[in-house]
Amino acid sequence: MKVAATRPHWAATARAGLKRLASVPVALFFGLLIAGQAAAKTADHSKFKELQGPFKSAPEVTKACLACHNLAGHQVMKSIHWTWEAKSPTTGKTLGKKWAANNFCGSPLSNEPRCTSCHAGYGWKDKNFDFANQENVDCLACHDTTGGYKKFSTDAGHPLYQDREHEPMEGPPGKKQVKAPDLTKVAQQVGQSGRANCGACHFNGGGGDAVKHGDLDSSLKNPPKELDVHMAKDGANMSCAACHTFNDHIPSGSRYAANPKDTHGKDLPKDDHNRATCESCHGNAPHKEAKINNHANKVACQTCHIPEFARGGVATKTLWDWSTAGKMDADGKPLFIKGEHGHLKYSATKGDFEYGENVRPAYKWYNGTVSQVTITDKLDDYIAKDGVLELNRVEGSANDPKARIWPFKVMRGKQPYDPVNNTLVVNHVFGNDDTSLWKNYDFAKSIKAGMDYAGLPYSGQFGFIETRMNWFITHMVAPKEKAVPCQECHTRSDAGRLNEIRDIYVPGRDFNKWIDQIGWLVMAGSLAGGLVHGFIRLVARRRNKE
Amino acid sequence: MSGERIYVYKAYERFWHWSQATLIIVLAITGFEIHGSYSLFGFKQAVGIHTFAAWTLLVIWAFTIFWQFTTDEWRQYIPTLKNVDAMIRYYVLGIFKEVPHPFRKTVEKKHNPLQRLAYLAVLSFISPMIWGSGLFYLFYAQWPALGIDKWLTLDIVATLHVLGAFMISAFFFIHVYLTTTGHTVFAHIKAMITGWDEVH
Repeated sequence: MKVAATRPHWAATARAGLKRLASVPVALFFGLLIAGQAAAKTADHSKFKELQGPFKSAPEVTKACLACHNLAGHQVMKSIHWTWEAKSPTTGKTLGKKWAANNFCGSPLSNEPRCTSCHAGYGWKDKNFDFANQENVDCLACHDTTGGYKKFSTDAGHPLYQDREHEPMEGPPGKKQVKAPDLTKVAQQVGQSGRANCGACHFNGGGGDAVKHGDLDSSLKNPPKELDVHMAKDGANMSCAACHTFNDHIPSGSRYAANPKDTHGKDLPKDDHNRATCESCHGNAPHKEAKINNHANKVACQTCHIPEFARGGVATKTLWDWSTAGKMDADGKPLFIKGEHGHLKYSATKGDFEYGENVRPAYKWYNGTVSQVTITDKLDDYIAKDGVLELNRVEGSANDPKARIWPFKVMRGKQPYDPVNNTLVVNHVFGNDDTSLWKNYDFAKSIKAGMDYAGLPYSGQFGFIETRMNWFITHMVAPKEKAVPCQECHTRSDAGRLNEIRDIYVPGRDFNKWIDQIGWLVMAGSLAGGLVHGFIRLVARRRNKE
Repeated sequence: MSGERIYVYKAYERFWHWSQATLIIVLAITGFEIHGSYSLFGFKQAVGIHTFAAWTLLVIWAFTIFWQFTTDEWRQYIPTLKNVDAMIRYYVLGIFKEVPHPFRKTVEKKHNPLQRLAYLAVLSFISPMIWGSGLFYLFYAQWPALGIDKWLTLDIVATLHVLGAFMISAFFFIHVYLTTTGHTVFAHIKAMITGWDEVH
């Protein structure tokens, strides 16, 4: 707890005045930070002879980049964007896309050419990929400023080098001509990464726009202020990296160990350069009202300031049931059914889906520890009270001083597992071969192939298990006027936002039944007592007069 | 049938009484909204008004304690059980037969024995319970820094606060009713406004 937050509330007004003064340099700083992206350029890359091209492949561009930026390659190679592997600082478990289980496509293992279209590298098409070769690092994915660079969806991280006819798996039917990017033009226009660079992968996690996160989708490329005050052009117009600060190409902020309560406070103007918390810029007591600042002890900023997610007009997936995959239509062709909003609600390749827009988050205590299931874990410890496998349980309770109430998108799923070994399975979904699910529609074959490829023990039997995932809701911060009003938590209504959280006394919601009942009775009794006594007095007086 | 006029309630005392009365009404209305019993101002507004009124009342209280001791008026609240039975008998029976009031008000003894007991309970028990729990409530965020969270929970504090609120509300209704039991219906209220009471 910072000193400011322990001050009584009568100091609040004075403090607010000071804060308004203090926010002037902060605003200036941001102004410079944003303007700096264009103005601070000291090199025009289009003039470099190394970048005159023509480039036949993207790794050739990387080679040219590394000729000057001779540390960048190995910096990127230490980052999770390259390794897809990271050790959780709280549980010590090795996670990252390679190991952590999810209830979307599952594991990249055996599905590499498709999944690694979002790897910050080139050519991770199978397990023989050379993670030590810096020429495989993809510089352009993050540093293209033209918007012309695109990694192709099934080429293991490579962009197209020639125009190609492509028919998307889940329709609409018919081939589409996809243009190859002009690598020379892209290479000559490199710069700092913007929202679209990060968004190319992070907006499309789980296989499509808005599928995975709920608070990250294409609407954030150029969002209105209503949707996101930080990223809006008429707001702060910040890039992702303004908060997710990079140090030697290592990004800050992690969903495996998000900082539950940043007691360090303001990092500005420059401190540890790890700014992926609200407090890093806003400090620990940003409100005028002390009572609201005090909430920050138990309530994350996001809980009030992101009233709903998926607010940008793009629906996010809320349920994915693999168990129904494989249905064919009358002609024996894979069945695809669109729902009323144009989203697939059934896909022969993936099963049943549900979506949500403008979704109110679920609220849970979170103390910094995420108990994440990996593809090798025995499942017993992760089965929740309701029998559902919780793939990434967030820990914490009201009594935990590190824990705060955080908002989450809860993603429900039903996915294959091995009921004998009691583990999840690696499902070989993608590939033009005779075992992949999306070509053969046979789970027995695709799971066997996936587990063999991964080298993991498999009993040969599979079933489907209900699962749940918790996705931190931390983007799409609404304007302050749209923050969740007090009475949406402080209410006795069944629709109260915190109704799932019962281990803390919430004023306005909780009360002692006995004391309330007796209390109102006594109150009514004293009122009625007076009235009756007075009435008798009146009658008696009249009688006495007679 | 007019009697002797005496000056029983001094200016500060009247100010204290009426400001306290107003604040208690405001606190009760906003307090029970915060408690979730109904919605009127909206939670945030209710908390704002409630907190402001509470601090105002505490400041007035601080002055009043000073006043009670410098004027020796605190002696008015020294409890006695003597004649309490007479008072009870009066309210249960005598008042209907219009027998004379058993207590004779003087400047030195302006409260009847029942009043002494009731006011003492309010001043030394119910009010401290409310503002004591209220202060704990208000500074809930500072509990961890002071180590209070190790031995106290918010539901205990909130429950005591609400219990006190019910008690003071019950007192309020009885108190207001009893103001009508003077020699005329508004005699007591008039005395509390002007300071002058007629003694019969």
